[in-house]
Amino acid sequence: MNQTMGDQPHIRVELLSDPNYLAGVRQLIAGVTQRIGFDEKSCSQVALAVDEALANVIRHGYSRACDRPIWVSVWTVPANDEAGAYLRVVIEDEARQVDTCDLQGRDLDDPKPGGLGLHIIREVMDEVEYTKRSPRGMRLTMTKHAPRADESAPDAPKEG
Amino acid sequence: MNRHRTLRKKGEFQMQDAALPVRIDSLDGVTVLVPRGDIDMSRAPSFREHVRRAINAGAPKVVIDLSEVEYMDSSGLATLVEAMRNAKQASVALMLCGLHQKVLAIFEIARLHQFFKIEATVEDAIAAS
Repeated sequence: MNQTMGDQPHIRVELLSDPNYLAGVRQLIAGVTQRIGFDEKSCSQVALAVDEALANVIRHGYSRACDRPIWVSVWTVPANDEAGAYLRVVIEDEARQVDTCDLQGRDLDDPKPGGLGLHIIREVMDEVEYTKRSPRGMRLTMTKHAPRADESAPDAPKEG
Repeated sequence: MNRHRTLRKKGEFQMQDAALPVRIDSLDGVTVLVPRGDIDMSRAPSFREHVRRAINAGAPKVVIDLSEVEYMDSSGLATLVEAMRNAKQASVALMLCGLHQKVLAIFEIARLHQFFKIEATVEDAIAAS
């Protein structure tokens, strides 16, 4: 397995913006994170974050059109003597561009349907960055470090 | 795979939702819904329709047994939030039970675990007031 995180993705998947394909990407992400040493809870939560990001592209970016392209690129770095495992996932699309300042999770104090996806992404992943692609579309870069053994036992969401 | 899609206009396909298998039981006058499989963006509309029908059917209590659901995303959560609001308006007691740890974790991330009435088993949910 490649020990560095260069420009070339370790995995790159192109899929159509059809929600029926989300399950396949979830399985891919869960399998990769498990292989580099993430615990079971972290594997499922990273898969959830990626699922939510793809669903947002389909729902908001492409207005539910199911024949548009989405690219998922994955870089992994397994644990070594100096640092724990981590992965980076980049999701790119050709959807309408939005001002990144507008991409905020909603207030959770008022439970209501919808608007939870971005909150979940920010809650699960360590680093989340939206940028505009050139000449069109958006790029979401997410990074997740494997929790240390002493972090992974309790099931406590991050405060934020 | 184009069977999943309908042509919206030339060159643009609109997604068609996937059906979610849901078993419907009636125990002691309580309607129990038992969905099976992942509840994600593709299946949430089917789930929403099952829940809507159950709430509108007139039973005083509806229990959603999630013991056969190992994955749920925010689409499923949104469906349940909407269902809870509709149930309150219809004076129907809506309860959840059988949540897998992974599914419960999603409720906790979204800070919705205290918004719902959640019991361990169907029997507990039926007995709960």
